[in-house]
Amino acid sequence: MATPRIIVVGGGLAGLAAVIKIAEAGGSVDLFSIVPVKRSHSVCAQGGINAAKNLKGEGDTTWQHFDDTIYGGDFLANQTPVKAMCEAAPGIIDLLDRMGVPFNRTPEGLLDFRRFGGTLYHRTAFAGATTGQQLLYALDEQVRRYESEGKVKKYEGWEFLSAIVDGKGVARGITAMNLRTMELHAFPAEAVILATGGNGAIFGKSTNSVVCTGSAQSAIFQQGAYYANGEFIQVHPTSIPGEDKLRLMSESARGEGGRVWVPRKPGDNRAPRQIPDAERFYFLEEWYPKYGNLVPRDVATRAIHKVVYELVLGLEGQPMVYLDLTHIDRDTLDRKLGGILEIYEKFVGVDPHEEPMKIFPGMHYTMGGLWVDFNQMTNIPGLFAAGECEYQYHGANRLGANSLVSCIFGGFQAGPNAMKYAKNVAAAEGDGGAAKELARQAEINKKLMTNEGTENPFRLWRELGQTMTEHVTVTRYNKGLQKADEKIVELLDRYKRVNLSDRSQWANTSFAFARQLKNMLELSRTITLGALQRDESRGAHYKPDFPERNDEKFLKTTKASFTGTIAGPNLEYEDVDIQYIKPRPRRYDAAK
Amino acid sequence: MANKTVQFEIKRQAGPDDPANWERFEVEWRPGMNVISAMMEIATNPVTAEGKPTTPITYDSNCLEEICGSCAMRINGKARMACSALVDRLEQPIKVEPLSKFPLVRDLQVDRSVLFENLKRVKAWVPVDGTYDLGSGPRVYPQQQEVNYPLSNCISCTCCMEVCPQFNEATGFVGAATIAQVKLFNNHPTGKVFKEERLRALSGDGGIQECGYAQNCVQACPKQIPLTTAISDVGRDVIVQKAKDWLRG
Repeated sequence: MATPRIIVVGGGLAGLAAVIKIAEAGGSVDLFSIVPVKRSHSVCAQGGINAAKNLKGEGDTTWQHFDDTIYGGDFLANQTPVKAMCEAAPGIIDLLDRMGVPFNRTPEGLLDFRRFGGTLYHRTAFAGATTGQQLLYALDEQVRRYESEGKVKKYEGWEFLSAIVDGKGVARGITAMNLRTMELHAFPAEAVILATGGNGAIFGKSTNSVVCTGSAQSAIFQQGAYYANGEFIQVHPTSIPGEDKLRLMSESARGEGGRVWVPRKPGDNRAPRQIPDAERFYFLEEWYPKYGNLVPRDVATRAIHKVVYELVLGLEGQPMVYLDLTHIDRDTLDRKLGGILEIYEKFVGVDPHEEPMKIFPGMHYTMGGLWVDFNQMTNIPGLFAAGECEYQYHGANRLGANSLVSCIFGGFQAGPNAMKYAKNVAAAEGDGGAAKELARQAEINKKLMTNEGTENPFRLWRELGQTMTEHVTVTRYNKGLQKADEKIVELLDRYKRVNLSDRSQWANTSFAFARQLKNMLELSRTITLGALQRDESRGAHYKPDFPERNDEKFLKTTKASFTGTIAGPNLEYEDVDIQYIKPRPRRYDAAK
Repeated sequence: MANKTVQFEIKRQAGPDDPANWERFEVEWRPGMNVISAMMEIATNPVTAEGKPTTPITYDSNCLEEICGSCAMRINGKARMACSALVDRLEQPIKVEPLSKFPLVRDLQVDRSVLFENLKRVKAWVPVDGTYDLGSGPRVYPQQQEVNYPLSNCISCTCCMEVCPQFNEATGFVGAATIAQVKLFNNHPTGKVFKEERLRALSGDGGIQECGYAQNCVQACPKQIPLTTAISDVGRDVIVQKAKDWLRG
């Protein structure tokens, strides 16, 4: 048969990894991305990528990596795919190394590794503190090579709107919108891979990039795909609060010896370096002597919240704590952390070599995402997902430096699996439903463009972000979650009266945003109601009213399906694959 | 007392063939505010300083931490990233314009795809055999890594091209960013197999000889990439390559 045509949506690490595998296997790829793929959000990843290469004589193994990941994720992840990922990780590092990623090196010319959260091993390979940038570029370069050979066609500046699903429920392509001409097109394909990243924009301000709205996942969810574990949202302990976003301050700062502290005395307004050691409260080191500053992110984030909100020890009474690198020599800092120190200095105007940084937790990552099977396929046949937009590898909490490896591994699985599927799928009948889907999208566009009302989409978004951040992040109460859902329902209603101040048909960014906003609202209900229904505490999901993990009831994957009714999504629960490691209590105050 | 505000003058243009005009905006000041957050604020209430309703401003942005390279524009006449342009350090009214050397799309959005095309021309990649497991890569000593890593930090923002007097239609000059990538890939133990091809790609019209050593590029680069060093290193290699090719006849 002819070369299978496969569509990949999203040009971050997962999407590009899938593209490379398909092109290498002789497939033909159409790659869709809102931004030029080199500007995708993977570029923001800082600290590194995990692989148990055991180059530090510590006896690290892929099994240890697997166990740390499962334990760090509070046993919610299906174990078979996580085990496969950890076993593949050393080979992935080798490949990236061969592609020219400028990883930091040991004096002997080998890869250097540093420590990261939730493990006691040096397992994280890194390129300064801009590892995501370097990995993304390496894959981008390989894709550019295939592009110049005609195996990949890029559609940059196009936004995915929906899957084309035929009468039998099989994916036959996508519809997308050209973000300059605002024209809609249907693109047929034998298989589609969604690699559309995270959904930080739902929380207003987060460490995510502007394009990380979760809009594509939500669109697919509304077309019948399951969305799994949506309630598991990672709040990174160390970000720099800002007006437009929360800028990430990498975990690698602590991996290289950074220490988190506040003055022991409330209201101690001395300059930080004037405060003697005995009068500093290194709370992570005191509370978690074994892991210290490198406890997993959910643990560190809750500790910072406790220090600020319960013990009222925030700096100058504000929600901030110190992240201190000033005891480390300048040369080491520049060599290993240069990129992030530059970000702090540029955006805050203070030199972190000389003065401790002021940081606070910020929304960072979604562990939940589209439900996929072990072949990365959603419940819509022919529609695959990889990377942060799917739920598979991190359970209830992701360990630092596991995201890059899960993106690349997921893409490496999705690509060949989509090829295999595409070679065997029966041809579509007629146009596979393309014309019908295109008409549906055109109707949505027409309605939005001519809608009369008074609501500004950017203001609705701001209200959504405030509600989600207040009620659906670090500490969750059922009353607050109910309030949040009521607010979202209100916003959905007000969205019907959304008014675009720009009705032009050329590079209309507010129009594109208004479309994304609708999808954000729908997805935020799934996150909120998933959290409401899960009456336990597990990983990043913490309810003070239900402080214990409840395996009997909730060692289960949440699967949400769209109903289109005011009641919100339907939630069902699926057993977790725990065949390799028996669940045990998760605690970081002692060795596990 | 009225809240402190920030004054902006933003160049607007509905499309490539439409006339340009300037609009004034007054935005409430916030601590740590940058040019992007002001434009986000304008989108929530798109009204000019004169009280005239207008449209939200079209611009490229993504990461907002100066690593994705999207939001390059001219701010008070200087090509730079809008996310790291803190309003407290800028003279007001803050004048914001699109980059001038690239085709305009709308408002502050321009088409910079020429850079990505240039990267194809010089084969800016390492030709690996395949993605299957072939063991670890070549040894690279820290001293080499410390040369290559800064070059690999290029965010493709095109500021170096915008400020270059030689980067224009008359010369067709590729610009500093591409030349620095040639140095990066020629340095790589495997990447260097294309060294001669890359150097030849830079030896004709629009190639490295168009550089006039104005040194604007290295000053404009938000990532402090040693662009002029790269240009002189690659320039030397191009001359050597030309001589070799001439001798080979």
